[in-house]
Amino acid sequence: MTNKEYNEYVKQKTPDSKIFSNCLKAFVSGGIICVLGQVLIAVFGKCGFGEEDASTLTSITLIFLGALLTGLDIYPKIAKFAGAGTVVPITGFANSVVSPALEAKTEGMVLGVGAKIFTIAGPVILYGTFASCAAGLIYWIISLF
Amino acid sequence: MNTRIGTQTVKIENPPVILETASIAGVKEGEGPLGSTFDKVLTDDTLGEKTWEKSESTLQRQTALLALEKARLKQSDINYILAGDLLNQCVGAHYSVRDLDIPFFGLYGACSTMTESMSIGSMLIGGGCADYVMCLTSSHFCSSERQFRNPLEYGGQRTPSAQWTVTGAGCAVLSSHGDGPRVTHVTTGKVIDKGVTDISNMGAAMAPAAIDTLLAHFADTGAKPDEYDMILTGDLGVIGSDILCELMLKEGFDIRKNHRDCGKLIYDIEAQDVHAGGSGCGCCGSVFCGYIFGELKKRNLKKILVMATGALMNPMVVEQGESIPAIAHAVTIEN
Repeated sequence: MTNKEYNEYVKQKTPDSKIFSNCLKAFVSGGIICVLGQVLIAVFGKCGFGEEDASTLTSITLIFLGALLTGLDIYPKIAKFAGAGTVVPITGFANSVVSPALEAKTEGMVLGVGAKIFTIAGPVILYGTFASCAAGLIYWIISLF
Repeated sequence: MNTRIGTQTVKIENPPVILETASIAGVKEGEGPLGSTFDKVLTDDTLGEKTWEKSESTLQRQTALLALEKARLKQSDINYILAGDLLNQCVGAHYSVRDLDIPFFGLYGACSTMTESMSIGSMLIGGGCADYVMCLTSSHFCSSERQFRNPLEYGGQRTPSAQWTVTGAGCAVLSSHGDGPRVTHVTTGKVIDKGVTDISNMGAAMAPAAIDTLLAHFADTGAKPDEYDMILTGDLGVIGSDILCELMLKEGFDIRKNHRDCGKLIYDIEAQDVHAGGSGCGCCGSVFCGYIFGELKKRNLKKILVMATGALMNPMVVEQGESIPAIAHAVTIEN
């Protein structure tokens, strides 16, 4: 059996992830987080904050909740069910920063937490910044005409 | 004199006795179907240590000391300790053996370490170089996760083919004399790589190595699968075991009846939600040194083949585009 044949055989033998039910779970749980965000915006609005401040406070609150639930070992349990539903929202970003930080504590605050805190979120930060620069550049070029 | 037979096998003329074994398993493993067969089940996977690496070393050292106690031997009686684990630079073994006063050879065979150490230990005794050898290995879910995968608190989903690293350790004390099951044949595996690159499908990466060693063993010894009460693999899991049995059948060897896999035995796969089963050096280590050795001592098993498989995987090199090499070492144990 060649390597190619073996890998095709392995593909047949390996069960696929349940795409439909995973998508459904992600949609519902991700949706719930977004609804929570919307409720928070409304609550902050009612407290007298402007639209922009209410949005910022909502992000801060969701990040805090994501970080807190990560520290309490609750977030990974929700994520096991929710999949992309908890990875994509801002709470997932908080989890991806807090989890390596928690784990790297044993190597100290500088070479541990400091060096490893962005091992998962690093690519998002780098390419997110890069993409926004590129979008800004394109916007600037278009606005010249 | 020991006899080399065929290309990869040694028949040991003065086969060493497995004098005693010790096994310690983690909390989750203790809740599994083999829970009562381990010598000790942890109530706290940290073992009171501040880092997971220390926890694993302590787990390994406690297992070694328990094996010595059960065998009624002193450290000074042991000629060699052969130990290894999954961690970088084998720190699990090095820091466990640091506190022992026994000459040491460090081994890295990934999850094949239990039978790798028993192979070398048997040859050392068979060759007249030692009277007592300890074969020791461990794995720890938490130290492995952080080295090979994601932080423990990271929220993600595992694929159906992913396996669960066993928190556990096993130690076997081999002796040149005494009563008990004996290691009669050693078949040493070659590094086999069929181009699997999915680090979440270790069973599929290791199955070709298991097939290669098993075929070599049958060819070298002339043995047939039926001669064995059990052909025990280390941690092929659900997918790897399925591949092994099916491809061995294509080669003309039907092992479906007597094949068992430690990775499938140690957990209740569905209820404990371990996807494709258990993995890690401690999987074969704790299952062989617990349940299987118990069955050998009760003489419920007369002749078995134990073959632990290892995925010699390094996440960095796999990210560089390499595939996952694998190995399998087999030992025949007869009562």
